[in-house]
Amino acid sequence: MAAFEKLVRQYDRQVFRIAQHIVQNREDAEDVVQDAFLKSYEKLDQFQGNSKFYTWLVRIAVNEALMRLRKRRTGRMVSIDEDVETEEGSMPRDLADWSPDPEALYGQSEMGDILRKTIQGLPPGFRVVFALRDVEGLSTEETAETLGLSIPAVKSRLLRARLQLRERLSRYFKRRESKQPQGGEK
Amino acid sequence: MTCTEFLAQLDDMLDQDAAIPLRADLEEHLRNCEHCEITLSTTRKTIQIYRSHEIYELPEDLRERLHQAILAKCRKC
Repeated sequence: MAAFEKLVRQYDRQVFRIAQHIVQNREDAEDVVQDAFLKSYEKLDQFQGNSKFYTWLVRIAVNEALMRLRKRRTGRMVSIDEDVETEEGSMPRDLADWSPDPEALYGQSEMGDILRKTIQGLPPGFRVVFALRDVEGLSTEETAETLGLSIPAVKSRLLRARLQLRERLSRYFKRRESKQPQGGEK
Repeated sequence: MTCTEFLAQLDDMLDQDAAIPLRADLEEHLRNCEHCEITLSTTRKTIQIYRSHEIYELPEDLRERLHQAILAKCRKC
């Protein structure tokens, strides 16, 4: 039990963050953290040493979080494939350059609100890929294994998640006196 | 190289793992296309901002409460 407690202390923040990224609700995220650690404890004997404990735990947490999301939406199916077929996130439309130091434009708390609101608008299947790859720093291969997706699917979702976030953040961060960029489709 | 072709390689540029011959083509395109240069720099900044801000912090009191609850449930297993 002491060894397991150490694992809880080591990974609780990451699991909470991933859960919040998916469910977008603090109470549900708390439940996901509890259920994910409990399930991992119950299934510890099934843990295969060939994958890292952390990625195994994340896989459990992601599944728990998607289940919570499904329950909250009263039976509507929610999967990591939901809403991923969108045109948004292909060729960028908002071409305005950003302020050289966009983080200086807002206070810490306001910045947190902007970032939460912006990522909330993404489909769950994009949010989770972005959270695992870019926030938690998992590799493309680990993200694919964790989510049960192919590597090209992870890459495609990651690109579109990044471009959608970039485009949505542009409304907050673009240069106040923007010049018109040259170029475009050639 | 067109902007669409550049965009298809954007992740490789961001992840710094483009093969060298391809990287030269990408950089050549960037030098002549402000549109793609802005797309690359602002997308890179997007990732950096999300990495550097803890938007879903786990407060210490909640953390302790969760630990107690998790360990209590595990002991009952």
